[in-house]
Amino acid sequence: MADENLLKTPLYDLHVEAGGKMVPFAGYSMPVQYPLGIMKEHLHTRDKAGLFDVSHMGQAYVRSVDGSDPAKVLEEIMPSALAVLKPGKMRYTLLLNDNGGIEDDLMVTRTFDPEGSLYIVVNAACKEKDYGILEERFAGRLALEPLEDHALLALQGPKAEDVLAELDPRVRDMVFMEGTMVTLEGVVCWVARCGYTGEDGFEISVPKEEAPALAARLLKSDDVEWIGLGARDSLRLESGLCLSGHDFNDETSPVEASLNFALGKKRREEGDFIGGERILKELAEGTSKRLVGILPSGRAPAREGVEIADMDGNVIGQVTSGGFGPTVGGPVAMGYVPAELAEAGTDIQLIVRGKMLAAKVAQTPFIEQRYKRKKVS
Amino acid sequence: MLKFTEDHEWMLVEGDTVTVGITDHAQEALGDIVFVELPEVGATFEKGDDAAVVESVKAASEVYAPIAGEIVAVNEDLEGEPGTVNSAPMDGGWFFKMKPADMSEVEAAMDEAAYKEFLAGLE
Repeated sequence: MADENLLKTPLYDLHVEAGGKMVPFAGYSMPVQYPLGIMKEHLHTRDKAGLFDVSHMGQAYVRSVDGSDPAKVLEEIMPSALAVLKPGKMRYTLLLNDNGGIEDDLMVTRTFDPEGSLYIVVNAACKEKDYGILEERFAGRLALEPLEDHALLALQGPKAEDVLAELDPRVRDMVFMEGTMVTLEGVVCWVARCGYTGEDGFEISVPKEEAPALAARLLKSDDVEWIGLGARDSLRLESGLCLSGHDFNDETSPVEASLNFALGKKRREEGDFIGGERILKELAEGTSKRLVGILPSGRAPAREGVEIADMDGNVIGQVTSGGFGPTVGGPVAMGYVPAELAEAGTDIQLIVRGKMLAAKVAQTPFIEQRYKRKKVS
Repeated sequence: MLKFTEDHEWMLVEGDTVTVGITDHAQEALGDIVFVELPEVGATFEKGDDAAVVESVKAASEVYAPIAGEIVAVNEDLEGEPGTVNSAPMDGGWFFKMKPADMSEVEAAMDEAAYKEFLAGLE
């Protein structure tokens, strides 16, 4: 049943035409799966290439108002090295609050414009919150320009490069975490080599009027199938990638969430960002809890909210993401455990429907990430 | 005798035992099934009690006892091959067999024609 209050992406009609099962997600009517089903969609993405409509996510430009470097300004609330970003380079980073908690995670890209403006992509569910934080804090210094007239497509999987190169062979030259302007089917698009599946792939920001034709063109390839939110979630979970608001929230620090890699090398020495005091202290002294990967020993999935117990049966934490990993061929999960139990291989238990099920703390990703990184010459 | 419930379960009556599974409509709605948790043989249920759990990639769902009675057998093959529920929901994908407390409870359930009508009304 259609909920009239739900927003539609520019690709909505294509999803319905493709048999997408539409569900409400972050205020949008989005396809959770297509007739192929979550399992086959997941495996297809790892095997060939999956096309995802991620137009519900928040795309925006961040420009300087006062002549300062917008990346340097964002560093006040984001702990990654952003000011050093050269045009066309991007970073995964975190939007922090005063307590060092994570409001959201996002991608920040330096565009090619001479003022060094940034292109950011934030989570759909956090769009309004994130924009509000940026506008309030940086009034008079930064201008935020949401790109509401652009759709966002993700093409992910080992065949993504070949498929996109049919439209413009220059995409082959891009490496992981690089973006550039590319003309696809006569339309100027922003293309970035990144994604949320653990596979090589691209995200394509395309003017919304042109998005359906571009999607249809990509789907002409025998290697490309539409992939819904269901498989998007299982793909990111297998790759050990966090889901904002679930695997961390505004109380969780980057150290607790095992996101130290998002802290710039120099920045983690200086702590020159909000919440820096807590984060520096945690880096030095450790935290009481940590986000870890979890492999249940049996077949039963342990989903978000399942309690984690130690071998004596004491509740010690909670699963924050969990389900079945089609590529792993079994259940996988992530959750918080006390730091002393965070080492891979540690025996724990999961309380699923009142029963204690054996599990082990595990390394993430659960699968091998296959990004196309720069060749070492 | 084949009977159906509004929770999309089927019941096949053979002598004094009733085999229970989920319908094609139910397996289709659940999607790819990756795990099935079955009751213990000997367990007794009231009608509507949670008797089994079926999990797809995305979510877990309860399977209710369609009638009051005792579990006399479970389909252990589903533990290794949960996908059978998708491929053969009315056949190899059966969940458990019950000895009904009251056979008239089974007889009162929908027959196939009535279930088809019920399904049509859901669309």
